[in-house]
Amino acid sequence: MTVAAATGSPVDGLLATASIVLSLLLAVWSLVSATRNRPPDRWQLIGLGVLELLLLALAVVALVAIAGGDRPGEPGAFFGYLVTLVCLPPLAAVLARMEPTRWGSAIVCAVCLVTPVVVVRLQQTWEVLGG
Amino acid sequence: MVDTATPRRTTNRGPGRLLIAVYILFAIAATSRALLQIITKFDEAPVAYALSAVAALIYIVAAIGLARAGHAGRRLALVCCSVELVGVVVVGILSLADKDLFPDETVWSQFGSGYGYIPLLLPLLGLFWLHRTRPTR
Repeated sequence: MTVAAATGSPVDGLLATASIVLSLLLAVWSLVSATRNRPPDRWQLIGLGVLELLLLALAVVALVAIAGGDRPGEPGAFFGYLVTLVCLPPLAAVLARMEPTRWGSAIVCAVCLVTPVVVVRLQQTWEVLGG
Repeated sequence: MVDTATPRRTTNRGPGRLLIAVYILFAIAATSRALLQIITKFDEAPVAYALSAVAALIYIVAAIGLARAGHAGRRLALVCCSVELVGVVVVGILSLADKDLFPDETVWSQFGSGYGYIPLLLPLLGLFWLHRTRPTR
């Protein structure tokens, strides 16, 4: 805990911020697509791909920090959120490909609204004060 | 939104797929929460954690029912959405009336306020969707 406090949280930095911002941009873009009656386009799928890369990088940074001796405040919940997080963009992509209508875009929007919440929860479960 | 361009009355296309996606998200959220609570601290609040597990199971089965469509799938989804609606309302009221009964959060506490009240909205949308796609006789 003291080590984590000294070195800072590995899941609270540029990568986390970038993934939150990208996810919200994707949510807005897919919402625009859905309201214009458009199926998921190339940009939504590319966006999900980049988002997944950011989240995987975030996971690697977290795992490296843990390998280096840092510990999340709530390890169980932290790993739960971490695993869920990296599964979200692929889930959105698969469902969006299955539904080539406006509702596919709506699915991308829904998942991209959930992703930032999970990133924030991930950060909260890293730094729990007083257990 | 009466859509004349959708001749197929099935629960797993169009808006139904979005509904299934949201059910999957809640199935993941509720399952991981329940597992964690039961493994790490079941003795603290057995009622709340058992309920988390039940809720998780219902979300999973509802998603399967909607995705499978067909007669059996529809009936499965109907039962799940009904149980879910009763569950979220009863637990919502109980958690407000008697805080000791649910000392720790569940998906359905305070009508699902921790999850943006979507747990309350979801069974209603599910039932509405089942009604919209009911087979014509």
